Amino acid sequence: MFEIFGISSQALFGQLLIGLINGSFYALLSLGLAVIFGMLNIINFTHGAQYMMGAFAAYLLLQYFGISYWWSLLIAPIVIGFTGVLIERNLIAQLNSSSKLRTVVFLGSTAALFLLARPSFGPTLGLAVATAGGFAVVEAWAYFRPPSESAQHVDHLYGLLLTFGIALIIQGVFRNYYGSSGLPYRVPDQLQGTQNLGFMFLPNYRGWVIAVSLVVCFATWFVIERTRLGSYLRAATANPALVRAFGINVPRMITLTYGLGVALAALAGVMAAPIYNVSPLMGADLIIVVFAVVVIGGMGSIMGAILTGFGLGVVEGLTKVFLPQASDTVIFVVMAIVLLIRPAGLFGRST
Amino acid sequence: MKRLFSIAAVAGALACGTAYAQTADDVTKIGVLNDMSGLYSDITGPGSVVAAQMAVEDFGAKQKGMKVEIVSADHQNKPDVGTNIARTWIDVDKVDVIVDVPTSSVALAISEVVREKNKVFLVSGAAASDLTGPKCSPNTIHWTYDTWALANGTGKALVKTGGDSWFFLTADYAFGHALERDTAATVEANGGKVLGKIRHPLNTSDFSSYLLQAQSSKAKVIGLANAGGDTINSIKQGAEFGIVKGGQNFAGLLVFISDVHALGLASAQGLVLTESWYWDMNDANREFAKKFSAANKGKYPTMVQAGVYGAVTHYLKSVEALKNDEDGKAVVAKMKAMPTDDKLFGKGTIRADGRKIHDMYLFEVKKPEESKYPWDYYKVRATIPAAEAFRPLKDGGCPLVSG
Repeated sequence: MFEIFGISSQALFGQLLIGLINGSFYALLSLGLAVIFGMLNIINFTHGAQYMMGAFAAYLLLQYFGISYWWSLLIAPIVIGFTGVLIERNLIAQLNSSSKLRTVVFLGSTAALFLLARPSFGPTLGLAVATAGGFAVVEAWAYFRPPSESAQHVDHLYGLLLTFGIALIIQGVFRNYYGSSGLPYRVPDQLQGTQNLGFMFLPNYRGWVIAVSLVVCFATWFVIERTRLGSYLRAATANPALVRAFGINVPRMITLTYGLGVALAALAGVMAAPIYNVSPLMGADLIIVVFAVVVIGGMGSIMGAILTGFGLGVVEGLTKVFLPQASDTVIFVVMAIVLLIRPAGLFGRST
Repeated sequence: MKRLFSIAAVAGALACGTAYAQTADDVTKIGVLNDMSGLYSDITGPGSVVAAQMAVEDFGAKQKGMKVEIVSADHQNKPDVGTNIARTWIDVDKVDVIVDVPTSSVALAISEVVREKNKVFLVSGAAASDLTGPKCSPNTIHWTYDTWALANGTGKALVKTGGDSWFFLTADYAFGHALERDTAATVEANGGKVLGKIRHPLNTSDFSSYLLQAQSSKAKVIGLANAGGDTINSIKQGAEFGIVKGGQNFAGLLVFISDVHALGLASAQGLVLTESWYWDMNDANREFAKKFSAANKGKYPTMVQAGVYGAVTHYLKSVEALKNDEDGKAVVAKMKAMPTDDKLFGKGTIRADGRKIHDMYLFEVKKPEESKYPWDYYKVRATIPAAEAFRPLKDGGCPLVSG
């Protein structure tokens, strides 16, 4: 075998493949972020926490209900996506509403329920229970007293701050309850073992991760760019008033899109659970890198996020071979260079 | 009206700055400084505060008329954050002793701050043997363990049983470098070879690329010179890549019981590690562990948290004997003069370079079927007597000793 820059080609191909596998995680996560930002113009900092909740959902489903990994792949994204829908309807969408009554009802009922729940559940679990109850109360209230229309638009930064705060709360609650070392989750039996590819041993599970990522990324891109539902979504963000005039329920489209983005994050979380440490800090470590990926790819572009995710995974993989100490920072160096040359990102459209 | 209100608010805020912490300094303030929220928080974290509180209670400070207070803070594994907290504690809050401090880079920085301010520093969490070597200080005592003891325990044991070629996965900061250096020296002194090493950033989640390189090196032992979440990820992903099945062994150079708990016995079984304290070794330890876990969300104590208990106990005894907690050097000298005796570590001594001496133990992680009750994880492979467990005094290069 020949040598490139002092390492054998055999080792290099192995590292490239590893880089692609990591890239598929980046692609899956940045896809969710790109969907949410591209469609809804919301900078969703909660993405990392929702990824972590997906992994924890898989762990809890196995621990308390005996539900296997395969079913968790379906159930966890739906459950976490549903929590995303609740967050969007009651917190993020309320930023743009002139009447804050709904927010007050939510916060008030959560606080009241927390005072009631704390003695029997303890502070952390009590907060979780109280928040669930608060959502239930405010949804019921909104059902019986439909909110009025409002056309206020606040700066995107408020969405960023709000989602960042929500992420810190979620992470703090989980860390308080579970500690930081993490929880065990085993690779499912059907995916254990390795394949001898000649230049390296590829664990079957990692091959599965690449396959699922490619399928999910392509399917999402296809739905958004090539189907009628996707065209409604894109139109609804470009010109909500006009699309609403055609009788399409724009707020519901927005909510479902946010839910889809969150479900993608949760799916990435379930896929990460067997190989990465299921810990409350797993999202925080990854989210910054994912944001860099989305920025490099172009904030509005779905295909850009996917391609950049894979590409940067390979770049990071190569850095780990030639200069491992820099592997944390190489993605940000690339981001700085790209922003200097093309501020809208590699595939982005400048808005 | 609005303007008047805002002026009043600003005046009120400024007035708050004039209230200083009023301590007549017959209060002994203990500062527990560690990682409360990051990758080392299960090893140290809030559990260390619980251990310190238990030490103060068991010492009977109230009955003896000593006023002891405990404060705590999170240094986030950053030396600059840690030194800021240490300075504020000593200058403003009149803290007399800083305890714990995992993350060797932070510990080394704080050792200098404490030396400058002449207070006391009791290290339980950090590992770098430099703390009693070239960077030793008359204000610092290194308690629970250090990189030399770990290298000597695990490294020597593995080389003697056939693991004579090593490849290192090292956390790229002071602790990782120290552990790799000490273990490489032990390996080579016992007839082994070091085939290569990789330095990875602290808090890495994906080790697949490094494990691939370790596999292709064909070393018999892959030495993990890292800790906490990094070690857990390395071992978990190593199982995935079939490292052990392929005939290589992992050497967990620094593994705590909290890490084994996170990995699960299925992944961690067979791992050989060196620790200085395990909860299930005698009745006193078991009783402490039960009381501790009730106050710490059901988690059992790690050796670091037990070390905080031992260090605080001996400190309080020394302050009681000296009747003075102001002069750090004097208190540390007293602590070195008095032999130690606490219910967790038993009898021991503290050397001139600040190194606390006690037995170390070589443990092996049990198989899942061998574990009979929660947290029943270790079996004792060997006891390394105190006289052999730590680096010889003359080899450290500590200015306090040769001078």
